[in-house]
Amino acid sequence: MNRILLRGGRVIDPSAEHDEIADVLIEGERIAAVGRGLRADGAEVIEADGFWVTPGLIDLHCHLREPGQEYKEDIGSGGRAAAAGGFTAVACMANTHPVNDDPATTDFIIDRATHDSPARVYPVAAATKGLEGVVMTEMVALVEAGAAAFSDDGKTIMDGGVMRHVLEYSRLVDAVVITHAEDQTLVGGGVINEGAVSTRLGLRGNPPIAEVVHVARDLILAEFTGGQLHVAHVSTKGAVDLIRQAKDRGVNVTAEVAPHHLVLTDEATAEYNTNMKVSPPLRSEEDRDACRRGLVEGVIDAIATDHAPHAQHEKELEFSAAPPGMIGFETALAVVLDLVRSGELSPLELIRRLSTHPARILRRAGGSLAVGAPADVSVIDPARSWIYDVAKSYSKSRNSPWDGATLTGRAVATLVNGRLVYDVERGILI
Amino acid sequence: MIGRDLLGIERLERAEIERILDTAEHMREIGTREVKKVPTLRGRTIVNLFFESSTRTRASFEIAGKRLSADVINFSPSTSSLKKAESILDTARTLDAMDPDAVVVRHAEAGVPQRIADVLAAPVINAGDGAHEHPTQALLDLLTVRQEKGCIDGLTVTIVGDILHSRVARSNIYAFRKLGAEVRIAAPPPMIPCAIEALGVKAYTSLREALEGADVVMALRIQNERLAGAYFPSTREYSATFGIDRAKLRFAKDDAIVMHPGPVNRGVELAHDLADHRPGVILDQVRNGVAIRMAVLYLFAGRQPAEAAR
Repeated sequence: MNRILLRGGRVIDPSAEHDEIADVLIEGERIAAVGRGLRADGAEVIEADGFWVTPGLIDLHCHLREPGQEYKEDIGSGGRAAAAGGFTAVACMANTHPVNDDPATTDFIIDRATHDSPARVYPVAAATKGLEGVVMTEMVALVEAGAAAFSDDGKTIMDGGVMRHVLEYSRLVDAVVITHAEDQTLVGGGVINEGAVSTRLGLRGNPPIAEVVHVARDLILAEFTGGQLHVAHVSTKGAVDLIRQAKDRGVNVTAEVAPHHLVLTDEATAEYNTNMKVSPPLRSEEDRDACRRGLVEGVIDAIATDHAPHAQHEKELEFSAAPPGMIGFETALAVVLDLVRSGELSPLELIRRLSTHPARILRRAGGSLAVGAPADVSVIDPARSWIYDVAKSYSKSRNSPWDGATLTGRAVATLVNGRLVYDVERGILI
Repeated sequence: MIGRDLLGIERLERAEIERILDTAEHMREIGTREVKKVPTLRGRTIVNLFFESSTRTRASFEIAGKRLSADVINFSPSTSSLKKAESILDTARTLDAMDPDAVVVRHAEAGVPQRIADVLAAPVINAGDGAHEHPTQALLDLLTVRQEKGCIDGLTVTIVGDILHSRVARSNIYAFRKLGAEVRIAAPPPMIPCAIEALGVKAYTSLREALEGADVVMALRIQNERLAGAYFPSTREYSATFGIDRAKLRFAKDDAIVMHPGPVNRGVELAHDLADHRPGVILDQVRNGVAIRMAVLYLFAGRQPAEAAR
């Protein structure tokens, strides 16, 4: 049996409120023991002195582009990029071609992931057929096929009656409905945040209220239906405030924020750099700070990359024609460690939002280093300084805002199901 | 002193603006000669890269280039890159390989001239990009006002109309502010951009208040087909509330002049007679447009390569 001893690391397990120096022993596919002075007894030893040993990071929100847009990414390349970023599992959105709105497509994605991806892949199925916001998908069959959640991400379910029924029906399957909350009539074709920057640049603004109004609607629907709502990529102070109020009332809602919305503002778009174009857009400082505060206070439960690969020739179009999105698997950890360095989050609370909470929201195992849990583990060097060279990314795409940036903090080893799949010196190992 | 590209007024210093205006004063004289041509840019190739159709601005740049003896090539990719499946940067790289001495870019989308400048060796002159900037328009407006009023410092300039979608408004806000004027804007609220005060202007929804004491009144073009019903109820209501006519002009200073970047929707944003007669100065603006573009081509395309290098 495969045996690995992670020796002498700072073991951070939010599920057990555990944060101390210890060894972690893995036997086969499971965590076998956690404690001091564990004996190797022939196990492969990974020295973790000075590193964090955490439950594997889980990304609630990404785009793997397969099937249909393999020139941007596929399940293998995306999975490798994820593992290199410390992620042991990722949830991929349904806006593929064809859309993941039937059990056969879900089955295909899972099959591909089994063969091609070092990280686990949890397909998020469409909430409506073809992401058209009209006809509900077969949620029961999709969950049986392995769908982990439902979302029309990339599009908004504008019809309130449809969203009501989706939330009601989702109670049959114990899966969250993830909302891409932007009232498209208020977005009005806006391509960057509406504010002083959009006015200066002469680009059409997407107002923060487009998100706030739609989050308000979905929270009311969640409260009314009892469905389990998850708000994707929160980007505005108004949305954070509404989610806080809803949680105080006991509404069944969770929320995520993307790394870029925690550190960048619309000023980053000032040179018309289409790699800074993302949906929802980078916002003002006030919104960014509110997202950070919301994450710290637990209003926002999780960090999700919204890894969204696009080819270079697509990003070379006019700003409004360039597709929104940025890749993020390999940079997310370093970017969000900023909140630990600033003192806003303890390492334990950061890992809770990167692993334990995402597992719970997806109703999947993980997020824990308890004995008997699946051996999905990230080993993180929080102090390592490195330069991100996107040309060397495992992703097929290059649309990163952090190309050439010096980052601090990096995954140095990733273990999935008891196997070492990534090592910072040797790269992806499977 | 002058940068490699002319992408917008926002980045120009006052002294640079004044140098362009002074140069244009000389250029205007060339247009009054019997032989309207000087050899200044002989052997230089200027490409007018117009992604967005434009008769007036393109003709103005073409005449300016020809009066300076440059070889002027008009290149008009008719559709957006999305439709023809070639990115704007590919178009720019293709052009770059033909070694032009300057490229004049017009595009319906903000930011395209800057992104083309990022990959092009030659200087790029922005001839209007979306709702961003139209620097030569602002320069010709400055020149016109300077001729009329002697200087810009201390004047009050009121810009009326669709500020939200207007590159002319943005460039003129920067231009007149940098030369010491007070700039006001007036429009129906949906056409006043978010946080416009950050550009140093005061926004009015009352035209009367905005015109109080104005030396210069600039009416902007209303794109009827696109805007009526969405940003204001009808052209009739717009004309009644924000259209500039002699009655409303009485709120401005007695010697106020009226400007318009053209083409004019007569009877909508500007009354018929003001389009043709004083205090309207619309054709003076057009005349100055050629002089300004000659000055700009001379200053940006006329340098030795080493001088123009980044």
